[in-house]
Amino acid sequence: MAVRRGEVHALLGANGAGKSTLVKILAGVHPADHGVVHVEGRPISFHDPVDAMNVGISTVFQDPALIPDLTVRQNLQLSDIDEAAFTPWLTWFELEDLDLDALVRDLPLETLRMVDLARALARDPQVLLLDEITAALTADQAERVFALLTEWREKGRAAVLITHRLAEVRRICDRATILRDGRNVALFEPNASPDATNGAATGTMFDVDEHDLVEAMLGAEVTELEEKDESEALSPNQPGSRSASDEVAFAVRGLTSGDVVRDVSFELRRREILGLVALEGQGQERLFSLLSGDRSPSDGEIFVGGRQRRWRAPYDAVGDGVVLIPGDRLLALLPNLPVRQNLVVPLFSRIRQWLGIPADERQRVRNAIDRLSIDTRAASQVRRLSGGNQQKVAIGRWLVAGFRTLLCFDPTRGIDVQTKRETYALLRELAASGAAILLYTSELAEIPLVCDRVLIMHDGRFVEEQDAARATESSLLTAAHGLEALA
Amino acid sequence: MSQAPLPAQAAAEPAGLAARAADHPTLALTGILAVLVLVTGFVEPNYLSVSGARNTLLQAAPLGILAGAQTILMLTGGIDLSVTMIATGSAYVAANQSPEGAAIAILLGILVGLVVGSANGVGVAVFRVNPLIMTLAMSGILLGLFTAWAQTILQGSTQMGPFIKLLGGGSFVGNRVPYSVVVWALIACGLIWLLRRTGWGRLLYAIGDNEVAVRLAGVRVWQVRITAYIVAGVLGSISGILLGGRTGAVDLQLANAFLLPSVAAAVIGGTSIFGGVGGYTGTILGALILSVLNSMLTFLNVGQAIQQVVYGGIVLALAWGYAGLTRRA
Repeated sequence: MAVRRGEVHALLGANGAGKSTLVKILAGVHPADHGVVHVEGRPISFHDPVDAMNVGISTVFQDPALIPDLTVRQNLQLSDIDEAAFTPWLTWFELEDLDLDALVRDLPLETLRMVDLARALARDPQVLLLDEITAALTADQAERVFALLTEWREKGRAAVLITHRLAEVRRICDRATILRDGRNVALFEPNASPDATNGAATGTMFDVDEHDLVEAMLGAEVTELEEKDESEALSPNQPGSRSASDEVAFAVRGLTSGDVVRDVSFELRRREILGLVALEGQGQERLFSLLSGDRSPSDGEIFVGGRQRRWRAPYDAVGDGVVLIPGDRLLALLPNLPVRQNLVVPLFSRIRQWLGIPADERQRVRNAIDRLSIDTRAASQVRRLSGGNQQKVAIGRWLVAGFRTLLCFDPTRGIDVQTKRETYALLRELAASGAAILLYTSELAEIPLVCDRVLIMHDGRFVEEQDAARATESSLLTAAHGLEALA
Repeated sequence: MSQAPLPAQAAAEPAGLAARAADHPTLALTGILAVLVLVTGFVEPNYLSVSGARNTLLQAAPLGILAGAQTILMLTGGIDLSVTMIATGSAYVAANQSPEGAAIAILLGILVGLVVGSANGVGVAVFRVNPLIMTLAMSGILLGLFTAWAQTILQGSTQMGPFIKLLGGGSFVGNRVPYSVVVWALIACGLIWLLRRTGWGRLLYAIGDNEVAVRLAGVRVWQVRITAYIVAGVLGSISGILLGGRTGAVDLQLANAFLLPSVAAAVIGGTSIFGGVGGYTGTILGALILSVLNSMLTFLNVGQAIQQVVYGGIVLALAWGYAGLTRRA
């Protein structure tokens, strides 16, 4: 990948394609395992973010890199930024009223993004790396950023823009590099002219079709076909076997939480696996914490078995048989305790269960371990288990305790193929035995493999429902970008 | 743990002793205790006798019970710095009520632990005050309250009744076995059962390891925390009443000197102050080790100041050595 002077270069890819990792390597946060970064033709090795700054690369990361308990001014001093260089940029972003003595934690997220950007600009960099800068911004703030990037280009500087919003790419970017599974798979170069190495921008991405970009992010169709075959092998009578006569186990109506989750409604039947697809940061984390009782919604209703429930803690949700397998294993596991201790926690959630241990505890634990084939060689501390085995422990907890509705947040992230297959098979098995399952996954290939229906979430709302058996990665990703499907 | 596969042990051969000690921390602690007893016996030959053992146990019983309170709380990632004030307050109330009979005196004494423990628990679990701050403040409040009450509503007897004196300082079987050790043994059995064989015990460890995960698993963490502080408060009360019975008369400095040893006994016994790791068996050995150490320093007759320096240094070395051992594993 090469970034030219005077261009705005888009870096695109599906979740987990490696965009943020690439940015962190370029910013000197992570060392590269292999390969060299050239700046103005010279190979440079970064050991430290300071090295990157010294050669003129300035970065705005996905999450604000400011210290919440210090004021804006103290944060500037900490990063050795001259206020005189900083304030003009604030004015540019129409934030001249910002109180520099305000604590960072008291400022809204979009302001922090702008402060972060202004700070990066104050370093007067040659190359600007922006990781999802517009995700948290309001429309007019995003406009200011685009105006900046236009001017930036005219000054002959360079910028790399990571975004999920393809409309932005078409509007503002000159070229686009697509990453998939950590590889550079495509370069879109409209009006490419080989001599445009300096200065003059050659054209914009405006002529590129958004659907072509989506296709490129997805990659070869071959793998998809293979997986389709497997799905039939896994559940031969899957399509159509889900009759609408199964009772509704779990339903939400108009669920809202601030601006993050907006007016979400759906019904989940017994024996059904409902898929959920969304790009990063579209409100799916918040949605799951509402559904599991970890947070209370600002509006909307949750129904379990037809009755409306008001939950104040996961305790109440678990009591109603609604259980969560969190995406982050740090939220699920007791890292220093043995597998057995990890599995039995929900058996003691009620006070009357405190002064004893169920006689069949050992048996239940054994059953769960056998059913999931958890590798117990390192069972004395769960943190020594592999990621796949840790995930099995997180699932096994609810096999031990029992449940009616299972909320699964990206259960196969970062685990090996074998364990993924086992997980799919297990989810189908659980559904067949009467459970209702909501499955959010960042791996789109899983959807036709395990789900019956799939909902697509964009910007806090459900934008589309598809029949999972017919859903393709392309149709899912198109919808997840908030685009209309091609006729 | 003891069924570690053989190859692993063979591989650890070069590390030898240290590795074995790490596999069996209880054995290592017992070894240290034995060495300390022998050294003390070398300093003062009379120590190696029934009465020497009895005196050590008499000292160790109240400390061991206080350290039990700390163990329970440290497993959850908490601590109780007010536990010695609870002990003192309970002893004070028990002495004051002794004329009403032993049963009422003991029950009212334990009530102090119940009330204060609940207050600590609510502060930590519901209002999310840091346990260090909550219990340190509580300790100050209690000292103030009891200082004031000593002149007013708790005026009167500062002597324990005969039954409590017997319980705290008396012995049976030909003056060999102190009653307080029997009380301690009963409490120890109860605590070990709670920690190993009940759901509540499982939850204590789980909360200390990852509170968020326990909450998401459907447990009301605050309930577990509050009950842990209540149990700790009651243990503090029992310890204070035994201690008061041993000294006979109570004052507001009664249990002061036990605060750091109560934490140290648990730490030496292998309970992590960060929670999730440990148990009461180690704490018992920790309390015994500290009591023997105390006797040894007394026999050495080196003066209070040096005694304290040596005591602190040895506690530090034991805790550090233990942490090093278990981290290696």
